[in-house]
Amino acid sequence: MKHTISVLVENEFGVLARVAGLFSGRGFNIESLSVAPTLEPDTSRMTIVTRGDDRVLEQITKQLNKLISTIKVVDFTDEEFVERELALVKVTAESDSRAEVLRIVDIFRAKVVDVTPKSYTVEITGAPAKIDAVLVLLTPLGIKEVVRSGPVVIGRGSKGVAS
Amino acid sequence: MFGSESLCVLQGRDFSEETSLKLTGSQILLESLRLEGVETVFGYPGGAVINIYDDLYDSPIKHILARHEQAAVHAADGYARTTGEVGVVIATSGPGATNTVTGIATAYMDSIPMVIITGQVPTALIGNDAFQEADICGITRPCTKHNFLVQDLRDLPRMIKEAFFIARTGRPGPVLIDLPKDIQVASMKFSYPDTVKMRGYKPTVDGDERQIGKAAQMMLKAKRPVLYVGGGASLANADPELLKLAELLQVPVTTTLMAMAAFPGEHPLSLGMLGMHGTYFANMAVTECDLLVAIGARFDDRVTGRIDAFAKKAKIIQFDIDPSSIHKIVRVDLPVVGDLKSVLTSLLRQLDEKPQDISVQIEQTSAWRKEISGWKAKHPMGYQASKSVIKPQYVIEKLSELSNQDAIITTEVGQHQMWAAQFFKFRQARTFLTSGGLGTMGYGLPAALGAQVAFPERQVIDISGDGSFQMNSQELATLVQYRLPVKIAILNNNFLGMVRQWQQLFFDKRYSQTCMELPIDFVKLAEAYGATGLRTDKVDDVENVIKKAFEIDGPVLMEFKVSREENVIPMVPAGKGIHEMVLAS
Repeated sequence: MKHTISVLVENEFGVLARVAGLFSGRGFNIESLSVAPTLEPDTSRMTIVTRGDDRVLEQITKQLNKLISTIKVVDFTDEEFVERELALVKVTAESDSRAEVLRIVDIFRAKVVDVTPKSYTVEITGAPAKIDAVLVLLTPLGIKEVVRSGPVVIGRGSKGVAS
Repeated sequence: MFGSESLCVLQGRDFSEETSLKLTGSQILLESLRLEGVETVFGYPGGAVINIYDDLYDSPIKHILARHEQAAVHAADGYARTTGEVGVVIATSGPGATNTVTGIATAYMDSIPMVIITGQVPTALIGNDAFQEADICGITRPCTKHNFLVQDLRDLPRMIKEAFFIARTGRPGPVLIDLPKDIQVASMKFSYPDTVKMRGYKPTVDGDERQIGKAAQMMLKAKRPVLYVGGGASLANADPELLKLAELLQVPVTTTLMAMAAFPGEHPLSLGMLGMHGTYFANMAVTECDLLVAIGARFDDRVTGRIDAFAKKAKIIQFDIDPSSIHKIVRVDLPVVGDLKSVLTSLLRQLDEKPQDISVQIEQTSAWRKEISGWKAKHPMGYQASKSVIKPQYVIEKLSELSNQDAIITTEVGQHQMWAAQFFKFRQARTFLTSGGLGTMGYGLPAALGAQVAFPERQVIDISGDGSFQMNSQELATLVQYRLPVKIAILNNNFLGMVRQWQQLFFDKRYSQTCMELPIDFVKLAEAYGATGLRTDKVDDVENVIKKAFEIDGPVLMEFKVSREENVIPMVPAGKGIHEMVLAS
């Protein structure tokens, strides 16, 4: 089963390697990982998407907590949360397909952020499934390059995940 | 620069108030070690730690020069296992640092508190493939509890404070500090922090009282209970509470290799070791019990055998300091997280409130103890004695019989290690040092060295095999240099015996690369280093050799030529349940 985990960590030397090494060393898999500092510059927040049964997830959570650099671990799987991913897509857009690309961009409330005579670069945000859907539609038109950020999540409601 | 006298004068002062007084990074390191109570460090000098060694020259801290960095780490590990203090190692950058890795991994697997300080190339050169550069933080990340690269001198006192705190609290473990050379020579005003502030590290000490109450209830209801004790009990110094608990409820106790000395071997409730080479009665008791109480034990595969056959009739209670040990291998019915000394103390307190239930409980478990006595009578621990050839088990029995009450035993890894666990009767805690988790050959001699440094007056005996001994035999030099009277007993069968045993049993006696074709003259080897060497191949001589070795005031190597193809029995073949033992060779 897919799980999305937020990990608050000390923003310090080697912390990403510690987390990544823990997953590889114990045979857990990482589907995606995104990381950046929070409002407090000494704290970073990672969002990790992983897969595993309950036993594996229990170990992942415990092992993450065991790292000295880990401040807090939240598994969002059983919670209400908002999930967003960003993708930048460079898509072929020559005379006959330019309008079609723009139509798709419009339908998905995406944005064109760079234009050349032969291509559009499109910015899409949304749940990963939405990005998948856009890519399915853009693929026949010719995708030159895709970059996805991996999802970030935040819990619904007024309560925050404090460090 | 400070001479030893001036440094001593400085030691009582708060340097932050001394406006003009600055210490270099290496002086700050040594002063911080001293403030942590470190009296002895083990190590090996080199270019990237030369400044530290220069300051060590004037320092009250005692330094033991090993002959290999791996051995320095094992020695600090032996020091830590016997004393319970944090073992400290200094090694240089590059190869010095990489040589420590096996020692660190050994300590990590057995949860031994240690701080390893490695030199590093100057910060400006890091990443440039400089001479003797290795990314030791990267290399040791998976085998340390935590590690630090010091990038700014101002972080050094805090990092040392945190390193010691992390190493000795919670589930203990090794912590490495990588200290670049330019930071060793930079200077600043020094003050050592009184406390640590780590947002991500707050180990649990006290167990949940309600959970402990439930554990007490389960233990008062069980008809066939067993205590399954692991290394955590020793690490927490919980052996007195363990003994009280076992005697209070008259519960049989089986220990893992790591906990052999946590419960007296000759106690009537002792079942000895369980698992792959465990006793028949320990393995049967675990298989047939209705309540298994795991105390600081982590359900290692060498203990459980086939996991779905392990204690399958039992409810399981698990006491452990490490939350990640709970449910890791086996789903337990009642977990209690906390320091074992604290948890067992509160368990005993709760049990003490119910004296009537306790007598009822002792009554209703008497049939169980009788059943276990039956198993003990049916298949006691033993071996086929011989008058013509020395049996390795016989040597262990004699060592057990002739050594002092508080003798410290270390082992290498292999058959001799299992025989030591099976036939030596341990009498007090922290007297059995062995590489249980990683299974590191070459551990025993340097660990004995470290133990002897910690306790110069006690008997320290390394029980060794001819294969393992050659993995760190250079430490004979260290023993002789520091006049450490370690006694070494090599059970020489001219084989890598444990692998040979597997080849005999599972590979049709195809002894691939396990016969040590070249017989070593171990007596001459000992003499080359200035130690005493004794040898015998006669059964009647064994006792005399041991007595003589114990009388000599210095390191002695005893070589016993033992029967070559002896097997460690009982044995649970890989993939079998622990009740499916092979009981005869």
